[in-house]
Amino acid sequence: MHYAILCYETADDFTRREDPVRVEGYRAAHATFLKALREAGVAATSVAGGAGLVAPHAATTLRKRGGAREVIDGPYSDIKEQLGGVYLIDVPDLDAALAWAERCPTASTGAVEVRPAMYAP
Amino acid sequence: MSAAAAAERAARESYGRLLALLAARTRDVAAAEDALAEAFAAALTAWPRAGVPESPEAWLFAAAKRKLIDAARRATTAAEGQAQILRGIEEIEHDMAARDGPDRRLGLMFACAHPAIDPSVRTPLMLQAVLGLSAERIAAAFLLEPAAMSQRLVRAKKKIRDSGVAFDVPSPDLWPSRMGAVLDAIYAAFTAGWADPLGADSERCGLAQEAIWLGRVLVSQAPEEPEALGLLALMLHLEARRPARRDATGGFVPLDQQDTALWEIDVQREAETLLRRASTHGRAGRYQLEAAIQSAHAERAKRGAPDWEAITLLYTALGELTGSPVARLNAAAALAQRDGAAAGHAAAEALGETYPALRAYQPYWALLADLSAKLGRTQAARAAYDEAIAREHDGAVIAFLAARRDAL
Repeated sequence: MHYAILCYETADDFTRREDPVRVEGYRAAHATFLKALREAGVAATSVAGGAGLVAPHAATTLRKRGGAREVIDGPYSDIKEQLGGVYLIDVPDLDAALAWAERCPTASTGAVEVRPAMYAP
Repeated sequence: MSAAAAAERAARESYGRLLALLAARTRDVAAAEDALAEAFAAALTAWPRAGVPESPEAWLFAAAKRKLIDAARRATTAAEGQAQILRGIEEIEHDMAARDGPDRRLGLMFACAHPAIDPSVRTPLMLQAVLGLSAERIAAAFLLEPAAMSQRLVRAKKKIRDSGVAFDVPSPDLWPSRMGAVLDAIYAAFTAGWADPLGADSERCGLAQEAIWLGRVLVSQAPEEPEALGLLALMLHLEARRPARRDATGGFVPLDQQDTALWEIDVQREAETLLRRASTHGRAGRYQLEAAIQSAHAERAKRGAPDWEAITLLYTALGELTGSPVARLNAAAALAQRDGAAAGHAAAEALGETYPALRAYQPYWALLADLSAKLGRTQAARAAYDEAIAREHDGAVIAFLAARRDAL
């Protein structure tokens, strides 16, 4: 099954990305995780494989209602942790997905959400 | 046996096995339940006409499988999803063709016990999926509105279907987070059957045996898990006393007056062996403690009296471990046997103050009544028997309590 590991990062995670010194550790942790996924052959390379996302200040939210387009500055939800990136993996079941999610660096700072992809690509 | 009776019996005996088999590959518990219900309905029409098939289970399986395929074809699922379901059904076919067919009930139970499932619904979900208990019955046992229980069950089944929970007994490193819910569900099924000692209630009939059987399967798959061993030992100790629990006229016989000659000694021996095996792991738990308590009661067959010293200590330990007011009440009852009625009465009354919920519990009043009578407080005893009777549903137990009251 294909699963998305959605990384909900804390405000500090996003700040860390802008900090020339602390960003090194952030990058290295995710690079190590991605390398582990690739070496285990579970990174779902047949699809995009995922992406890191720029901080929510760069987000724009759009809704279409009754033919009218409504655009708002900012992320969809205004919660403490924000979506910071997505990994797509291909593993047999939820336990395997959770085992990988546990190794994702964001699990130790913010939270990671594990969601099955709707159809196997 | 009539065709309808045969269908009902097949429904009871094969429900969990068939449901687990049907759901294991598709992960869709709700669809499997629907297909199985339709298959049972079809049996009720077909069997009276054509006769009961040689293998009712195989007949029901084939019918349910067809219903599953029909439902998958009808569903507006995207082509890929549908193909996946049909592939799953072919695999079920293969499983069923294998000699005797594998028993996937335990795998289904572990799927229901997954940490990704809402904890409050894990045990109810297992009871429904494996034993076919209705949402109403489960709601009553868990003190919930039937509609609320149904809703939770539906939500949990969707989660299992869509999230990719595995239908397998997980590797031992995952047991600590899941074994507890599986043990609790097996014991809940056992006690539901145990509460009906004469087997008068058809939905509960055989539940205790079914639970023991699941306990055996669990022990065979997890032979090093002390609490699984403890649970099986507990159930066997209780089951061994079944023949002594009612007299010839169906009257209730309390444990301390049961004829020990009616206890099944072989079953008790097996329970003892299991409990000893569990204790070698040095990891005590709720079920091992409860089994040890029943073992101390079984001592009466050999020594003429139960080991009240051990029972008092074990119930106290159980109360500490689980925080259960009922365990503490049982400790007070044991204390009364060990140190006398006055000590037991004081302890029980204090518990009623600390845990007001106990005052809605029949055995609390029955214990106070019995101890008051022993202390010569006839009026208090009579009042407590009235309170106990008002809180009991089992006719045989009510008759027993009333006789005790009237004999004061």
